[in-house]
Amino acid sequence: MGTVFSFDISAPGVSAHALQGVVDWLHRMDAMFSTYRPDSEISRLDRGSLQLGECSPEVHEVLELCEQASRDSGGYFTARLPGGLDPSGMVKGWAVERASTMLQAAGSTAHAVNGGGDIQLLGKPQDGRPWTIGIADPFRRTALATTVAGTDMAVATSSTAERGQHIIDPTSGLPATALASITVTGRNLTTVDAYATAALAMGDKAKSWISGLSGVEAFAITATGERWQTPNFPTAGNPGN
Amino acid sequence: MKRAIVTIAATIAGIVLLLGFKTHPMPETTSTGPVAASSPTAGASQQPSSGATAAVPPATATPATGAPATGTSTLTGTTVETQYGPVQVQVTVTGTKITDVTAIQVPSGNGRDQQINSYAIPQLTQEVLTAQSAHVDMVSGGTYTSEGYLTSLQSALDKIGIK
Repeated sequence: MGTVFSFDISAPGVSAHALQGVVDWLHRMDAMFSTYRPDSEISRLDRGSLQLGECSPEVHEVLELCEQASRDSGGYFTARLPGGLDPSGMVKGWAVERASTMLQAAGSTAHAVNGGGDIQLLGKPQDGRPWTIGIADPFRRTALATTVAGTDMAVATSSTAERGQHIIDPTSGLPATALASITVTGRNLTTVDAYATAALAMGDKAKSWISGLSGVEAFAITATGERWQTPNFPTAGNPGN
Repeated sequence: MKRAIVTIAATIAGIVLLLGFKTHPMPETTSTGPVAASSPTAGASQQPSSGATAAVPPATATPATGAPATGTSTLTGTTVETQYGPVQVQVTVTGTKITDVTAIQVPSGNGRDQQINSYAIPQLTQEVLTAQSAHVDMVSGGTYTSEGYLTSLQSALDKIGIK
């Protein structure tokens, strides 16, 4: 995945051992799914030196989730990129949500897990307020575009500013440029993250697509700096600064 | 160049804040306030690397919330291969706080590299600073080309159990 995961565990009693187990699992998933590692299962599967039937259950699960997201989004989400098989758009959100679930199984009732800016929340911080998540402004790195608040919530942002314009509109084969960034919220990060990726690729069609989905909200900033959001987007307050 | 180092150092202070495993009860670690973010001391005192890599234990599951140590050590992260070239950072830690970070190996030689070095890393810095000043718990969005930088940073932090 090549990204940094951070954990904010506000629930008491979660052992360092349990946390280490989660971290170890994330390292294993990185080794399994990395497109930068020629020995990863994904790389071997892509070049045909490994058959799907020989892959780990996690690979099967993620690829099925990719297919589901592709169907949900009318093909705007895809793991089959021109350069080859790349489920990275699914893996990060899936891994963060799974890490959160693992912590919950270890006894945590309240935590935030962040993988490269995609976040799964459970419960509340220690002081009882909701978790507060800043949304990066794609045009002004010194500012937050807005802030969201919630408890059992997932937040994912896709942006053309991250790593260049790396999200391709699969229907045109060209980089998606209509939206500078889009943030999607919902209950589970696996879905939310994939939807954020699909929505960025959709561009102008994203608002009506998200509006038709249950339990999912979005906030977007267009390439020209205009903003829109769906009616129940969980804004916490005014933009930062 | 000095200014750039200060910026990066401040960034890392913020990142560590976000990376810290805030187990409880440890009052000082529950704060998401602007800890060392604006500290003008960052980058001001380059610590000698006498306590470097070899002197620190391997990664453990110890949360960063233990009793603060008072020593200063300099840790060198592993070299991380990115699509743009190798990235390696060096972190100076005092107690459980990062007091300085320098990128000791970054891609160089073309425009894209310059973008990474002069643009992406400071932007990440600013975002983390903003997160702290705005008192948010985390920030969504904004993973930049500095991922290798962060990975190397993480490997350095792993060596002292700060995650």
